Amino acid sequence: MTTVLIRGAQLPDGSATELLIEGGVIAERGSGLSRSGATVVDADGLVALPGLVDLHTHLREPGFEQSETVLTGTRAAAAGGFTAVHAMANTSPVADTAGVVEQVASLGAQHGYATVRPIGAVTVGLAGERLAEIGAMARSRAAVRVFSDDGKCVHDALLMRRALEYVATFDGVIAQHAQEPRLTEGAQMNEGALSSELGLAGWPAVAEEAIVARDVLLADAVGARLHVCHLSTAGSVEVVRWAKARGIRVTAEVTPHHLLLTEQLVADAAAPYLPRYDARFKVNPPLRRDEDVLALRAALADGTIDIVATDHAPHPIETKECAWQEASFGMVGLESALSVVQAAMVDTGLIGWADVARVLSRVPAEIGRLDGYDAPFEVGSPAHLTLVDPAGRRTFGTDALHGKGVNSPYLGRELPGRVVATLHAGVPTVLDGELRDASEVSRG
Amino acid sequence: MRHLLTTEGLPREQALAILDVAEDMAEVATRAVPKLPTLRGRTVANVFFEDSTRTRLSFETAAKRLSADVITFSAKGSSVSKGESLKDTTQTIAAMGIDAVVLRHSASGAAEVLAASDWIDAAVVNAGDGTHQHPTQGLLDAYTLRKALHGDASRGRDLDGVRVAIVGDILHSRVARSNVWLLATLGAQIHLVGPRTLLPVGVETWPVTVGTDLDEVIAQRPDAIMMLRVQQERMHAAYFPHEREYANAWGLGDERLARLPADTIVMHPGPMNRGLEISARAADSPRSVILDQVANGVSIRMAVLYLVLSGSDTREVAV
Repeated sequence: MTTVLIRGAQLPDGSATELLIEGGVIAERGSGLSRSGATVVDADGLVALPGLVDLHTHLREPGFEQSETVLTGTRAAAAGGFTAVHAMANTSPVADTAGVVEQVASLGAQHGYATVRPIGAVTVGLAGERLAEIGAMARSRAAVRVFSDDGKCVHDALLMRRALEYVATFDGVIAQHAQEPRLTEGAQMNEGALSSELGLAGWPAVAEEAIVARDVLLADAVGARLHVCHLSTAGSVEVVRWAKARGIRVTAEVTPHHLLLTEQLVADAAAPYLPRYDARFKVNPPLRRDEDVLALRAALADGTIDIVATDHAPHPIETKECAWQEASFGMVGLESALSVVQAAMVDTGLIGWADVARVLSRVPAEIGRLDGYDAPFEVGSPAHLTLVDPAGRRTFGTDALHGKGVNSPYLGRELPGRVVATLHAGVPTVLDGELRDASEVSRG
Repeated sequence: MRHLLTTEGLPREQALAILDVAEDMAEVATRAVPKLPTLRGRTVANVFFEDSTRTRLSFETAAKRLSADVITFSAKGSSVSKGESLKDTTQTIAAMGIDAVVLRHSASGAAEVLAASDWIDAAVVNAGDGTHQHPTQGLLDAYTLRKALHGDASRGRDLDGVRVAIVGDILHSRVARSNVWLLATLGAQIHLVGPRTLLPVGVETWPVTVGTDLDEVIAQRPDAIMMLRVQQERMHAAYFPHEREYANAWGLGDERLARLPADTIVMHPGPMNRGLEISARAADSPRSVILDQVANGVSIRMAVLYLVLSGSDTREVAV
């Protein structure tokens, strides 16, 4: 087992310490530590964060291995500072049985780059008609606690009510993809003056807000907890704020891209020389307006929004190299997430690194009922951590991408921050800014 | 100009240049042999991912009058139905050696995506992209308006102060979008009319006035009234209760036709739903310039093909 000695890192609370990692846990902390044979990491000037936990990742395996696999997706995760990812259920076959979720979890465990926590489907085949084997998935070796039909909305109110009640039995949570299907038939981008000008079918904010409003009321009525995926509008923020004030057990996430990017990227009036209709910016839910971005940032800062989750959605090149309407929805996000959060939230002075640790590690782990993230950097805690150089700046390019997808909206954009090292259960997955080989990381 | 993709942002001088070249092209049609040798040896590919016999024939006629060779690709049904991709189709045709692609596609922005890509070198002329643009339609409408108002003295004139009402399904209409930006650039005052369900969100940011009452528009005596086609697929999608109610409120029926000033011209991009958005009397009345629009379409498309292929004007038209 690797022994690692980290010197001079600054913890999220601002204090500095040395950390000795041995046997997969934080073995010692303090100053003047030494251990012969240890890999020494000079973390002077770096911020040590607890290992990042993504509650919303598309690993695509089984079924869509041309887009991503558990191995390539968790390599991307490690490169971005993540030590745990929650794998969405929209695979083929759908993760709606114990067999599929156990397979996905064991692939993750075998590769070793990150803990893979499968998310179970709410309904069989994501079809929205009858409940999937939620109990069997919860009791399986994968111990599923988050259930989602993500990509599709559980739009049937009765089915949603039953799902909320049923998962409560297993201390689970429904992660809702809030999209009223009839209001978004054929929808392509945020509904507004720009969609009208471009002739792209509009995706109204109310299609999201109406479902969020309904679901918080349902959660209240049955006393269950609800998680809302990828909030994208100022109106959704208002609904969640109201629900929390009322004591409803709702948590909410925002993606990095909704914290930084707007619909103007589809056609930038200020930059008419840029090509329009670039499908890299096509995502579900769509990029919204400036005022939505500002509302989402404020909500993340004040705690209305609990976490940041990537919605990492890799796609093969040909599904983006086409007309907008024909392109797939989605962006890769694991490798860029921390940099984007730094750009949108930290460098703007809205939150500090302790908040980053909260929204990207502790709280997503809590929502997912993932152990080992409640007391980071304490002696005896699992050594999931990442070292970040916040002063680093880079022009984000495909060399920063380690999954199969290159559908990043940030290519060519300058982003702050750089992941220098990632340790997953004491094993370095990234060292000196380089992803380590599978053979050095694999658990067999 | 390199491509013709959209009328939005098309400079006024450029638009007028196209209209004036079209005047020259119209004269060719009156000759005993209505043909110019200008584009001999050049090949124009009509790439139609969406059926449109009229537009395809118009471009084909235009190219042939300029002595260009024409090849045609028609994808059956919708391109969205995972057939050959835009990239593969255009690259395949380009590999046969072509100078211009006339692209009709059901996806908004398809022509812009093709022009911005490095897939092919050929000039791209947008012949209709989804619900976005159909720039040669806008140009032929501007040409028709100018001709109706100024006749033989049209050359060099813009549409300053001309009042045009566009009526019907603005939301899904690339004809409306093409006209709005172009006619506004040329100085026209545009009024959009239709049921709220068929007016785009954010239309108040366009260079137009907007209303829902067709009779009010007629009372204001516009110089031209352009009736848009009501697509079959809108009829049962809750945009309006049924055809009769639509025709009563937003159709140019006989009674409204009678109230129109004698010099108001009636336009329609075709194909018409007679009895729905326009009555047979209105379509066939002396005020109707609907067939002039078709004839002028050939002149406009000759002008556009000439300008993108002759290299006589290297200015970028748009994007």
